[in-house]
Amino acid sequence: MTDDIIIRIRDLKTAYGTHVVHEHLDLDIRRGEIIGIIGPSGCGKSVLLRAITGLKEFDTGSIEVFGERLETLDEVERAEVEQRWGVMFQDGALFSNLTVRENVEVPMKEHTQLEPVLRHQLADMKIRMAGLSAEASPKYPSDLSGGMRKRAALARALALDPELLFLDEPTAGLDPITAEKFDALIRSLQQALGLTVFLVTHDVDTLHATCDRIAVLGEKHVLAVGTIEELRAFDHPWVQEYFCGPRGRAATGH
Amino acid sequence: MTVTTAPGFALEESGERATLRLTGDWTIMTIHELDDDLAGLKHDHPVLVDVSGLTRIDTAGAFLIDRTLRAAPEGSGLTGTNDVARHLIDQVHAVSDPVPPAKAPDHGFLALLERTGRGFVGVMSEIFQTLAFLGETIVTTIRLLMQPWKLRWTSIVAVMEEAGLDAMPIIAFLSFFVGMVVAYIGATTLRDFDLEIYTVELIGYSMLREFGVVLTGIVLAGRTNSSFTAQIGTMKMRQEIDAMQTLGLKPMDILVAPRIIALLLMTPALTFVATLAGIAGGVVVGWSSLDINPGVFLDRLRNAVPLQHFWVGLSKAPVFGFVVTLIACRQGLNVGGSVQSLGNSTTTSVVQGLFAVIVLDAIFAILYMELGI
Repeated sequence: MTDDIIIRIRDLKTAYGTHVVHEHLDLDIRRGEIIGIIGPSGCGKSVLLRAITGLKEFDTGSIEVFGERLETLDEVERAEVEQRWGVMFQDGALFSNLTVRENVEVPMKEHTQLEPVLRHQLADMKIRMAGLSAEASPKYPSDLSGGMRKRAALARALALDPELLFLDEPTAGLDPITAEKFDALIRSLQQALGLTVFLVTHDVDTLHATCDRIAVLGEKHVLAVGTIEELRAFDHPWVQEYFCGPRGRAATGH
Repeated sequence: MTVTTAPGFALEESGERATLRLTGDWTIMTIHELDDDLAGLKHDHPVLVDVSGLTRIDTAGAFLIDRTLRAAPEGSGLTGTNDVARHLIDQVHAVSDPVPPAKAPDHGFLALLERTGRGFVGVMSEIFQTLAFLGETIVTTIRLLMQPWKLRWTSIVAVMEEAGLDAMPIIAFLSFFVGMVVAYIGATTLRDFDLEIYTVELIGYSMLREFGVVLTGIVLAGRTNSSFTAQIGTMKMRQEIDAMQTLGLKPMDILVAPRIIALLLMTPALTFVATLAGIAGGVVVGWSSLDINPGVFLDRLRNAVPLQHFWVGLSKAPVFGFVVTLIACRQGLNVGGSVQSLGNSTTTSVVQGLFAVIVLDAIFAILYMELGI
C-alpha cells in the first residue's frame, strides 16, 4: 500500500516568523493521480508546494516524497530525489539569458551524459511535447508570449522525465482557449508518461478538466479531499461558494 | 536508491528479417551508453524491435527507438508486449522531428561584412539616440525648473542623499589619499632642488583644478551610475515604466529629471569636499615628513594659488554630474527583457560614464588653456 502514496504529509506546520501558514496539515497524494490544490488567496498553496520541494523549511511534522524524508537525506541522495520531480513555477521562471532550448537542456546537461546532438533533439522533442513549435526553441523567453513561456517552462519541468510534476497556477493569465489546450496537454502528458501531478490552481475549469482529486486548503490545514462531486456535497461555506457559485456551476455544468 | 539496469540491445538477423531485442533500462540517465552504437547500425532489411525485454523506459528511450525505426526500411515495427513502451513510442513519434536540427552558424567573409555593417549602424544609431535623449532631458529639466511646483522634491532629496551625501565619505577618503600621494611624489622630486615648499603649490593647483572634480566624477561613474542604471533597468524589466506611462506619468519627469537635478546640485558639493580632503592629505604629508607646519602650508596656499583655480575645478562639476546621470538613465531605459541585458546595460553605463568624465576633463583642460584661465 505504501508504494501507492507518492507524497505523505503528516502534521505539517510552516510559519514565516510568527505568521503561521499551515498547522496540523495532513495530505496523501497517490501515485499516478492529478491532484488539484485549491483554497482562498493567501491560504498557503504555493507555500505547501515550496515546503514539499524543500524550498521552504517547515517547522514541525514530516513530509515524505517517494518514501524518503528530504531533511534526513544527504546531498547526493537529495539530488537523486530532485531529479525525479519537475517543477513549473507560476511565472515560468525561465532563465532569461538562455534560449528556450538551452533552458530545457539545463537539467539534462547537469544530470545526464548525453551527447550534445542527442540532447538538442530530446530538448526539441520536449518543447514540441509541451505544445510549442520547433521555431520557438532558438528564441529567448522575453520574445515569447505568456502562454508560450508557460509551455516552455513545462518543457523544462519535463526535461528529465520526472515521475512527479508540480505545477503552480499553470493556466493563470492565459486566455480560456489556450488554458483549455493547456489542460488537455497536462491530461494527455499525464496519461502518456504516467505522471503524478500536483496542481496548484484557482481555475475551476482546470480542476474540472484535469483533476482526479481535489484538496481544499483553508484554516491552515486541508479542509477536505475528494472528487468534485464529493466536494460539492461538503458542507463548508468557502467550498460551497467555490463550487456552487456562478463560476463553479458553469464549469461543472450544474 | 533507484537501482538501474544497464541498457542493451542485440540484433538477430534471419533471412529477410532482423529482430532487435532491447533489454534493461532505456531512460534519459542511461541511453548515452548506446546512442552511438545504435546510430551505427545499418539496416538492409526491415527490423522488428522487440520491446518485451525492457525493464524501464521513458521518453528519451522512446525517442531512440523511434529514431531507429525511422531510419530502418519500410515494414519495420514493434513487437513484443509492453504497453507502456508502445504508448510512449507512439507519443514520441507524434512529436519528434525526423530531421535533426543541424544549422551551423556561418563564419565566412560575408558574415564578417554583415557584422561590420551592423556594428557601424549600431554606433550611428547609438550616437543619434544619445543626442535625442540629451535633447529630451534638457527640455524636460528646463520645463520642470520653470514650474518648480511640478518638481518631485521628495525624490530629488532622496537622490541627493543616496547619491550625494552617502558618497561623501568614500570621495573624501579617496581624495585624501590621492592628496597624500601627490604630496609625496612632489616632495621626493622637489627635494632634489631644495624646493620642497613648492609642494604646496603642487597640491593646490592639482587638487583645485583637476583631482577634486575628476575623483568625484569617477566615483559617481562607478557608484551612482551603476545604481541608477540598475534601478531604472529593473523597473523597465518589470514593466513598471510601461505602467507609469499608462497612468499618465512621464518617466522623464519622474525618473530622469529628479536625478539630473539632484546631481547638478550635489556634484559641486562633493567636489568641494573632495578638494578639501585632498588638501588635507597634502597638509598631513607636509607636516609629518616635510616639516611644513599646517599654518604655513595654508598661508602659502592662500597667497600662492589664485582662487580662480578653485572656480575652474568647480565649474566642471555640474557638467560631469549631468553627463554621468544622463548616461545612467539612458542605459537604464535601454534594458530589454532579460537579465543579460540588465548586466550589459550596467557595464556599458559605467564604462561610458568613466570615459565621458576623462574625455570631458581633457576637453575642459584644452578649452581653459586656450582661454588663458
